[in-house]
Amino acid sequence: MKDIQAEINKGRRAFIKKVLEGTIAGSLLLVIPAGAMDIPEQITGMREEDGPFIKKKKFAFIVDITRCIGCGSCCVADKNEYNVPDGHYRTWVERYVIDYDDNVYVDSPNGGLDGYQVPREDVPEANVRDTFFVPKLCNMCEKPSCVQVCPVGATYQTDDGFVLIDQKRCVACSYCVQACPYSVRFINPVTKTADKCTWCYHRVRKGLLPACVNVCPVQARLFGDLNDRESQVYRILHEPHVISVLKPGMGNKPSLHYVGLRREVV
Amino acid sequence: MRGLAETATAAAGYAFPNDLHIHWSLMIVLYPYITGIVAGAFIVSSLYHVFKIKSLEPIARFSLVFAFAFLACATLPLLNHLGHPERAFNMMVTPSSTSAMAGFGFIYSAYAIVLILEILFIYRPTMVALKDMSTGFMQKLYNVLAIGSDNVSPESLALDHKIISFLAGIGIPMACILHGYVGFIFGGVKANPLWATPLMPVIFLLSACVSGIAGIIVTYMIIMKVKGREVDLECIRTCIQYLWGFFILDFVFEMLELFSHAYMATHHWETLHELYWGPLYVSFWILQVLVFSVIPFLILTWMNLFRLGDTLVRIFAPLVSLMILFQVLLMRWNVVIGGQLMSKSERGSVYFHPEWLEKEGILPALLIMVLPLVILYVLSKIFPFWLEDDPVASEPTAG
Repeated sequence: MKDIQAEINKGRRAFIKKVLEGTIAGSLLLVIPAGAMDIPEQITGMREEDGPFIKKKKFAFIVDITRCIGCGSCCVADKNEYNVPDGHYRTWVERYVIDYDDNVYVDSPNGGLDGYQVPREDVPEANVRDTFFVPKLCNMCEKPSCVQVCPVGATYQTDDGFVLIDQKRCVACSYCVQACPYSVRFINPVTKTADKCTWCYHRVRKGLLPACVNVCPVQARLFGDLNDRESQVYRILHEPHVISVLKPGMGNKPSLHYVGLRREVV
Repeated sequence: MRGLAETATAAAGYAFPNDLHIHWSLMIVLYPYITGIVAGAFIVSSLYHVFKIKSLEPIARFSLVFAFAFLACATLPLLNHLGHPERAFNMMVTPSSTSAMAGFGFIYSAYAIVLILEILFIYRPTMVALKDMSTGFMQKLYNVLAIGSDNVSPESLALDHKIISFLAGIGIPMACILHGYVGFIFGGVKANPLWATPLMPVIFLLSACVSGIAGIIVTYMIIMKVKGREVDLECIRTCIQYLWGFFILDFVFEMLELFSHAYMATHHWETLHELYWGPLYVSFWILQVLVFSVIPFLILTWMNLFRLGDTLVRIFAPLVSLMILFQVLLMRWNVVIGGQLMSKSERGSVYFHPEWLEKEGILPALLIMVLPLVILYVLSKIFPFWLEDDPVASEPTAG
């Protein structure tokens, strides 16, 4: 009996010891900043960059329409990353349905945030010829209309090609919202300033991929450096693929490219 | 969550998710409406001061003060619209040279300076006379408004006259720039096929002239009615002539712009067609074109081709002017709101109905439109609008 009691006490002691060890280790993890965890670099050579702008790189974003499954993970990741207010979208996914009579049906309920788990009821399934999904985000134009029209210079283009918004300068006149041909901008009701996708500039600066690229389970969203000939984006854009940009006639020269873009997509 | 932008409802097809918000609503409808009235009223005054249309003398000075009352309120809808009005001066302190909007503060201020100076110089002899007739605060005020000089010698008045002619002269292109520029703010948005037309500044300018003349006719006739005085019908007849002329140009250009879109039938026309025959059908075709353009045009044609009796002029001049004022307001609505009712998805449109109590709703809009009239009333206590109230009216005022 004494032996049994001793065995239980031993177990208790070990249990309490383990709990204490766990608590201390957990607390330490909370105290140590995330950067110190040394998350592996996702964009090669980014952590060697210094200075305010990333001069050696030329970034491109590629969306592969032939891969997107409309799961909405990218939208969820984006909403979580930026706490985007409901009803406004930094990125969204559109569903295209084309029937045998060449009618095009497009929708994007809640910006595709909930994924597309139910087929459209208003299009008879037997008549559906084709379906595909089109993720949308900031086109990061080389000649951005939003930068051109901003009266106070709050929307600006960095030397490395990112179009960003200075929340401390923006007056929220909404001129940029009107000027963007792609409707990627909105007025954030919390900050009362213009807001849009930044291709996760804060993550890219730390060598991490944009949040939506990071979570995409099928690699429909790709991001990388065009000056790196080994990068996936370089290879895709320099190999024979059907590649296009949205609304090329606008003359904005987007840095967002689409693989397999269909003529129905606007 | 309620944002700064107002929510629209999907009408047909697919609209981009962010296009379900109307970012420029009633306040941005009022902004070109008010600046248009300012520019138009100034033109009326210039017709007398520069182009020597003598029959407009009774309303020449009033038009300037009227323009000022509206000019004083022109920035209110903008400030109410901005998400950060406290940063509004950034537009003048750190303007972006590529922005079509960044010039407004400078153009507005320059025009305001010219307008205020012209008013002060025109009223200077009157202020000098009133200063001598009043005491206390009013005397001090009149002294300031007389620009500190009570010299009303013929030489001094001749100099005033030269200055006034100069100010009125440069005021005309400035008034045109002010409103043509407001048109360009819209006309320069290439992403919006309804706005992006080189005709936009022209249409804005012509409709500005029309609204200014109409506004002057209505206000002048109402004030005379309230005061129980006789309306100068020759003056009104001249105004109606100019109203007719400017309105012909205005209406023709508005229709030409639409016709060009339809005739060229680029890929944008499909979207515009959906818009004009969808969400804009009632406000554009029925109200703006049929009721408030065709009917006033017929009335104005009738009034100008036939010499009407005094009673008919007294009835139809304010009536047709009111209709024209509505026409211009509807035109602003159909351009500003209409342009946002079609999604940039090119395959969908939305409906928008303003609310009464929103920050940029109907009630604030009404208050902003009433405020210039309140300012005008206060100014009437300082500046005698009408020659018969002027102590120096026996000799014609400068200009």
